[in-house]
Amino acid sequence: MQTAGGVSACLPIHSDMDLVWVRQHVRQAAAQLGFGLVEQTKLVTAASELARNTLVHGGGGQMECAPLEGRSPGLRLTFSDDGPGIADLDQALRDGYTSGDGLGMGLGGARRLVHDFSVDSRPGAGTTVTVAVWKSGAPRPREER
Amino acid sequence: MTGSFPVPHGGHVPVLKLGDVLLVTLQGDLHDGTAEQLQQDISQAVADHGVTGVVLDISGVEIVDSFLGRVLAEIAAKAGLLAAQTVVAGMRPAVAITLVELGLTLPGLRTALSTEDAMRLLSAEAEQAPQAAKGAQGAQTWVPRSGRTCRESP
Ligand SMILES: Nc1ncnc2c1ncn2[C@@H]1O[C@H](COP(=O)(O)OP(=O)(O)OP(=O)(O)O)[C@@H](O)[C@H]1O
Ligand SMILES: [Mg+2]
Repeated sequence: MQTAGGVSACLPIHSDMDLVWVRQHVRQAAAQLGFGLVEQTKLVTAASELARNTLVHGGGGQMECAPLEGRSPGLRLTFSDDGPGIADLDQALRDGYTSGDGLGMGLGGARRLVHDFSVDSRPGAGTTVTVAVWKSGAPRPREER
Repeated sequence: MTGSFPVPHGGHVPVLKLGDVLLVTLQGDLHDGTAEQLQQDISQAVADHGVTGVVLDISGVEIVDSFLGRVLAEIAAKAGLLAAQTVVAGMRPAVAITLVELGLTLPGLRTALSTEDAMRLLSAEAEQAPQAAKGAQGAQTWVPRSGRTCRESP
């Protein structure tokens, strides 16, 4: 649900259609805060990875999107589910580790694409992944093309 | 020569046959289901029409995550089993930068700056080596881990 000024939102994640809404919301929220094209693309890609994990591994859940105040505007995205949780977080973050048939790049890759990354998860108690990104202050010349 | 006609497919992804090449235009935000369907449709089309090349135009794609990256790699692998070469064309710079950071290694996925470049690459190869190993010669292999995307020289 996006109001005209809508950065804040809580979106369900229960189908691959919901992943599309999540990506669209994060894209427009980041654009609204003045994020550059590369910043937007990185954040939307990270959100897509995390939302898919919520859906596939967590059995569905939600994403909360909230603006962050600071020296420059930022966004906080929180992905949560009541799924099986992650027993070994270090292993889950390792590039190439997957418990399914993925590439195992989603979690570790998403961490590289954002500024702040934290996981709260225990076996049987679900998983919450929170990321934050701030808009860069400098002009971004290489984004023209 | 370039008698193009639509090839049946599911979803909203235009697939055209141009001579010996299948041109597939991916656009906007694909559902996972659409992407998976596309994978099957392309294999089917390659088999049915005996094309020797597949060009995946992703210039209209705003993000490639690990799911779509894997779909692209699998399309290329399946086409390869059917003796067709796949080239991914027109990846946006922001997408390429993001993929490198994501750490997505898609060995064997070849890239070209534009669909025109991709078509030229495929037809040059077809002339050069009609039956010989259609391997990596002349083509760009995209290996982001080495810190090189091959798609642009600064
Ligand atoms: N929300 C979650 N709930 C439970 N387990 C999770 C969750 N997110 C990640 N995991 C675990 O962490 C592993 C690594 O996740 P990651 O996203 O890196 O790889 P993947 O999803 O398996 O493959 P892909 O490269 O397609 O994303 C998963 O295979 C899964 O076991
Ligand atoms: Mg994943």
